[in-house]
Amino acid sequence: MYSKMTEIAVGLFVAAGVVALVMLAMKVSNLGAFSDTEGYTINARFENIGGLKVRSPVRLGGVRVGRVNAINYDQNRYEAVVEMTIANGYDRLPIDTSANIFTSGLLGEQYVGLEPGAEEEYLGSGGVIELTQSAIVIEQLIGQFLLNSAE
Amino acid sequence: MIEAIRLTGEAALRVLARLGRATLFISQVIAGLPMLLRRFSLVVTQLYEVGVLSIAIIVISALAVGMVLSLQMFYTLRDFGSEQILGQVVALSLVRELGPVLAGLLFAGRAGSALTAEIGLMKATEQLSSMEMMAVDPIKRVVAPRFLAGVLSMPLLAAMFSAVGILGGYLVGVGLLGVDSGAFWSLMQANVDFYDDILNGILKSVVFGIIITWIAVFEGYDAKPTAEGVSRATMRTVVHSAFAVLAFDFILTALMFGGR
Repeated sequence: MYSKMTEIAVGLFVAAGVVALVMLAMKVSNLGAFSDTEGYTINARFENIGGLKVRSPVRLGGVRVGRVNAINYDQNRYEAVVEMTIANGYDRLPIDTSANIFTSGLLGEQYVGLEPGAEEEYLGSGGVIELTQSAIVIEQLIGQFLLNSAE
Repeated sequence: MIEAIRLTGEAALRVLARLGRATLFISQVIAGLPMLLRRFSLVVTQLYEVGVLSIAIIVISALAVGMVLSLQMFYTLRDFGSEQILGQVVALSLVRELGPVLAGLLFAGRAGSALTAEIGLMKATEQLSSMEMMAVDPIKRVVAPRFLAGVLSMPLLAAMFSAVGILGGYLVGVGLLGVDSGAFWSLMQANVDFYDDILNGILKSVVFGIIITWIAVFEGYDAKPTAEGVSRATMRTVVHSAFAVLAFDFILTALMFGGR
């Protein structure tokens, strides 16, 4: 009743299940591509973050270098504070780096685009980006366009 | 009128009594689980019956589901010019919902019904009472290994379902419909989170495994020891498991993904 074949079949079953799990982890999810734990944190203040969300990507020249860690609102300065984790490999961002919120494609997700400045000093952990540009909110644009065309 | 109220009350009491019996039963089964560490060969035999023999139906269904999902999504997404996100759509729907739920429904039909019929027939032919006569606890010897094997098999089968389904989606999407292979995988990886999506999907399948196997072994153990009783119990296993899986899926989805 309990033979070697049964043992082998059960072994194959468990191995196939584990292979499927590893495939889901490495090939399907973001676990293999980009580890979010290793990195340093920088902050940026925006007037309006539009549709930016926690876990949105941070890009440098189009290359993904990190992600948005937390979004808070500073009641004293009436600005949104975006906390980002940047991978350790990209540790030479000048202190006059600017941050913009862009949309990938017309209806795509929103992301933080960084543009390096020219200073010789670099942003460290906890550094703050001073030069920021708010998200383009498409409803505001349409509103302005309608207002202009009415005049 | 009074009669109708009386019958309703009686039916409600019967349901409550069954629920109570099922809870007491599962506590006895769980108490029998530590004993299995010393006699793991009992579980291996059942893993073969419950898990290995379910692979064929899981893999074939997963391939079909992944291919059809990919095909249908492609025609809708193409209208918006965004067929690249096909991989993401297929992966998220399989990992979050279809993998655990469909694997659970198939598992209930393939393995749950077999468990109920086997245990029910053992009871009908008085094998269970003769075990008791020989001072062998049938719950520890017969039910506990089957329960553990079912609970262990279900997450593995669900993971296989998701993985094979995604491969099926890849075959149709990239091979047949001409979606770019790089975009298919990279957008999938960018938007499927390991902890939020995959681990939650696995957690779902663990919960479904416990529920389905619990229902299956309880129905078998609680069946009327007649041919008709066993057939009814088998039928109830499949129906109740399907309802339970769908209901718990809604609750778990609301808990896991509801906040976003």
